Amino acid sequence: MAQGTIIIDHDRCKGCELCTTVCPQGVIEMDEVALNAKGYHPAILVDPNHHCTGCAICSVICPDVCITVYREIPQPRKNKLEEVTSHGA
Amino acid sequence: MARELLKGNVAIAEAAVRAGCEAYFGYPITPQTELLEYMSARMPELGRVFLQAESEVAAINMVYGAACAGVQVMSSSSSPGVSLMQEGLSYIAGSEVPCVIVDVMRGGPGLGNILPSQSDYFQVTKSAGHGDYHPIVLAPSSVQEAIDFTMLAFELSRKYRHIVVIAADGQIGQMMEPAELPDMLPYPQPRPDWAVTGAKGRNKNVVTSLYMNADEEEAFNIRLQKKLEVIRAIEQRSDEFATDDAELLVVGYGTSGRIAMSAVQKKKKKGLKVGLFRPKTIYPFPEKRLAELAEQVEMCLVVEMNAGQMVEDVRLAVNGVVPVEFYGRMGGNIPMPDELLRVIERYYAYSAVLA
Amino acid sequence: MTTVTIPIEDMQLIYDRPEALACTHTHYCPGCTHSIAHRLLAEAIDELGLREQTILVAPVGCSVFAYNYFEMDGVEAAHGRAPAMATGIKRVSPHNTVITYQGDGDLASIGIAEIIHAAARGEKITTIFVNNAIYGMTGGQMAPTSLPHQKTTSSPLGRDTDLTGSPLKISELMSQIDGAVYVVRRSLHDVKHIRQAKKAILTALKVQQAGLGFGIVELLSTCPTNWGMTPVDAMHWVETAMVPFFPLGDYKIADSVRQLE
Repeated sequence: MAQGTIIIDHDRCKGCELCTTVCPQGVIEMDEVALNAKGYHPAILVDPNHHCTGCAICSVICPDVCITVYREIPQPRKNKLEEVTSHGA
Repeated sequence: MARELLKGNVAIAEAAVRAGCEAYFGYPITPQTELLEYMSARMPELGRVFLQAESEVAAINMVYGAACAGVQVMSSSSSPGVSLMQEGLSYIAGSEVPCVIVDVMRGGPGLGNILPSQSDYFQVTKSAGHGDYHPIVLAPSSVQEAIDFTMLAFELSRKYRHIVVIAADGQIGQMMEPAELPDMLPYPQPRPDWAVTGAKGRNKNVVTSLYMNADEEEAFNIRLQKKLEVIRAIEQRSDEFATDDAELLVVGYGTSGRIAMSAVQKKKKKGLKVGLFRPKTIYPFPEKRLAELAEQVEMCLVVEMNAGQMVEDVRLAVNGVVPVEFYGRMGGNIPMPDELLRVIERYYAYSAVLA
Repeated sequence: MTTVTIPIEDMQLIYDRPEALACTHTHYCPGCTHSIAHRLLAEAIDELGLREQTILVAPVGCSVFAYNYFEMDGVEAAHGRAPAMATGIKRVSPHNTVITYQGDGDLASIGIAEIIHAAARGEKITTIFVNNAIYGMTGGQMAPTSLPHQKTTSSPLGRDTDLTGSPLKISELMSQIDGAVYVVRRSLHDVKHIRQAKKAILTALKVQQAGLGFGIVELLSTCPTNWGMTPVDAMHWVETAMVPFFPLGDYKIADSVRQLE
């Protein structure tokens, strides 16, 4: 699976929690401790093992466009022959 | 251009076209409908916009939209329709976008009737919608003046980014008399830079009357009041006859001013010291000139086709210097000249006593 | 399996704020789907390259400040009059893209005549109609789209349809009008439906670009604050309570629009 990450604009977040309900990898949680500038507990990325794939589902449901999504640049697929020979060598 | 026999409503419509009106939105209501009918043929003929709306409420909001887009736009209606337009007019005033509204007044209140009246003086000059503002209001007394004031209306509305109302009445709208139409002005006018035309190569334009912050709303209102001060200072217009030696000054605008003129002329011939003062703008009310005349006369007699509305402005302008009497007809009745002759004679007798 | 962490600089940007959406923080409540509707509209406008020629007509209601949230020319209409105002703009500026963005109090109540007649005239404008079954800005009163038995601040015992009638089905109503060539109802209550809503908004804007006639996209939306629910529960309520009453789907797609696809 590709690797990805997200940047949450914590001070724009209103703590609505919608993103936490849709993340397939379950790597978005509510920060139970910190409060943001608006006084909400913001959503935060908790992804020590890099499960985030940059699928951007969280950005589809985030009402306030708090989430910027990045994804690993897909390596150009080598053709079959080249792949076999490189493995053999 | 030669003089032609023209119907008031049609003359106003054609004058608006010559003034460069690019869009007309209206709704049928007697006694102004011929204006709309004329526009329905003439505007498309020139590739301009004509649309009959589903109501006066919709019509005035179409005017509001077109005005925000920066074009010269107008609507026309009559008393009940203008009542429906008041909300839209207030939004237009609150956004300071220009437009011209023709009000061919009719008998009221309520459904009233379709006969001429001046019972919407207060509505157009003082309460054309909620909030502290006044449209500029021009009051023609003939088809020629209706033409001239329509041209002036578009000029003033652009100059001040303001609503200008042409306060006619059923008689002026319906009657025909010879009048001369001006040449066509250059068309179309360029759209002002504040208009909403698509934020291409510039920051976005927003036209709104919404100021949630009290200080911003007050600042806007102060700016609006300053503009009205300027309008009051330089746009007062009136006409007068035989005021140099008048003891009794008859005051009337529009149709009642015109009829009062013929009565005054007859009395003048008979040697009575009677004069006429006829406001051409009823907002800004021509208080300066009237105050000057009040110093020279013994009494004012206000003639209106309502229960007495402009008389209040006359009293304010005269400021107690001389008594201000009132004679009015309502319900669509027009005071006939000989009727006014008797009224003038009666009040002239009083003024002579005071002389 | 040890995974190599890829620095963000080497990653591809997948999603960021649409250009047509201003950076201004919105005043909408947490989880309010007005914000999602704004975002979808902005994305569609960016994708079609319409930002510099679009004029947004904002209504009176929660989205009264909509023009602050888009980087486009905007005007503020009187309550319910946006379709008339948009007509005035479009008729004198046919080359501009003109959009009305309206709530259910604005469109289905005070402005029902204006929306019906704009459609009847086939005005070449696009209406984004946000239906959240309540008056939001004024604090939660019953709207023409409030559901039977729905408690609001002006139907405290629950909407009594004997007294106040039953909810107005705008998409069904509008689909009866010849001038309306594209009438669909979508919802914003989950990712799948949000994506469908985005497609509908794109189509509606293409309908206007092609000058085919009047287009309206009804979006079932939430009002967590005035429904007295969490944003997550509110999304659920749309699905369980609103959708059965306001079935999603295509209520009218004229042949001319089908050929566009």
